[in-house]
Amino acid sequence: MASILPLEFREVGFSAGGQALLRDLSIRFEAGAPSVVMGPNGAGKSLSLRIAHGLLAPTTGSVRWLGLDAPPNDPRVRHRQAMVFEQPVLLRRSAAANVDYALAVARVPRSERADRVAQALSRTGLARVADRRARVLSAGEQQRLSLARAWALEPEVLFLDEPTAALDPGATRAVEESIAAISESGTKIVMTTHDLGQARRLAGEILLLCKGRLVERAAAADFFESPESAEARSFLNGDLLWE
Amino acid sequence: MQSLSEAFRAAFTLVIDLDPDLIEIVSLSFGITGASLLLATLVGLPFGASLALFRFPGRRPLIVIVNALMGLPPVVVGLVVYLALSRSGPLGGLGWLFTPKAMVVAQFVLITPIVAGLSRQVIEDLWEEYEEQLRSLGATAARALPTLLWDGRFRLVTTVLAGFGRAVGEVGAVIVVGGNIAHSTRVMTTAIALETSKGDLALALGLGLVLLALALGVNALAMLFRELGARVEG
Repeated sequence: MASILPLEFREVGFSAGGQALLRDLSIRFEAGAPSVVMGPNGAGKSLSLRIAHGLLAPTTGSVRWLGLDAPPNDPRVRHRQAMVFEQPVLLRRSAAANVDYALAVARVPRSERADRVAQALSRTGLARVADRRARVLSAGEQQRLSLARAWALEPEVLFLDEPTAALDPGATRAVEESIAAISESGTKIVMTTHDLGQARRLAGEILLLCKGRLVERAAAADFFESPESAEARSFLNGDLLWE
Repeated sequence: MQSLSEAFRAAFTLVIDLDPDLIEIVSLSFGITGASLLLATLVGLPFGASLALFRFPGRRPLIVIVNALMGLPPVVVGLVVYLALSRSGPLGGLGWLFTPKAMVVAQFVLITPIVAGLSRQVIEDLWEEYEEQLRSLGATAARALPTLLWDGRFRLVTTVLAGFGRAVGEVGAVIVVGGNIAHSTRVMTTAIALETSKGDLALALGLGLVLLALALGVNALAMLFRELGARVEG
């Protein structure tokens, strides 16, 4: 099966309420190490992920999966990319049933689903809570369940929007281990985070957005050691937190 | 005219002895309300859920109409159903006027907007919470519909119980289309109205006690379902 990657943003703009939130964003995501999108609050990080995932349509420009030359909401790419949100939204059923639901929507044959559910829960360390109600799990377990649900779909690309923003350090570490494992399994990770330490630990490359524009893109090590733009230096110094 | 204490004593005796007349009336009430509630649920739940999920021209005016119909005056519903089922009406050929079927139709018209309107609100709230996640998983609105009905089941039971409460205590519509005929279309509310006007308070009070117990029972059930929902959903 042909890969859906690369994913290309061509001069993407997005406006709401008369305000431009993304401007002329041109990015190309290739297979490989995780791409981490950073930037101050209001820079357009979450918005760009939602556009890439097909939840929102750009106001101007276009987004295409060039492996299939298809837009984000094309049925052929719908189940080959997945997204995990900052606040996990879990259905009112067991942990295992949540994963099974995602597989059922993706039309995975019933005969394969039980194995894939068990595998996804096991890989995220949730096998012991498979039968527990999803909504009584701890915040960290709920986020890992969201990852398990996405991972079970075996996506080529996984978008993660601030996946550990609401978690304590222990839960953050467990989620990061799952993200690293997903990345090692061959899934391209595109994620946003505010956490510089997390970006250092996970990123292959960093993309810095400011005021809806891409101001710097560099290999993670280069970005942290020798940022080129004034915005990147200011961001790394902790001076650029809000726009 | 009995004294109030005698009437209460006689009413309790009727209830405790399971008086055949009282049982017949209560059974008919349950039969008619049960049938109308079943039909209203089958129509109202999916209709309300569809109004919550699907976007189409005229949706907002339709929501306003459904909400307005939730407060339909029962006597007006009775009159409209009467006109529809009367010999010269469009459904006169069915011969349902002054039968329990006409009463089921009247109660159905009365409570379907309630079930639809309340379930729309429940499903809309749930959809607001789930929409982004379900769309992300690739679920269309049509695929999401059964998911939301299932996940909202405990809250939806409460909406159905609201419909039951409205139907079982209703008198205006059923007396117009049913005629309050003994052993045929006499239900609790119409019997209470008749017996009170005759001054025979024992049966009226006995039926009133059953209705009160029902009101309490329905509220207790609604609370039970809410608590059960909170426990099951986490």
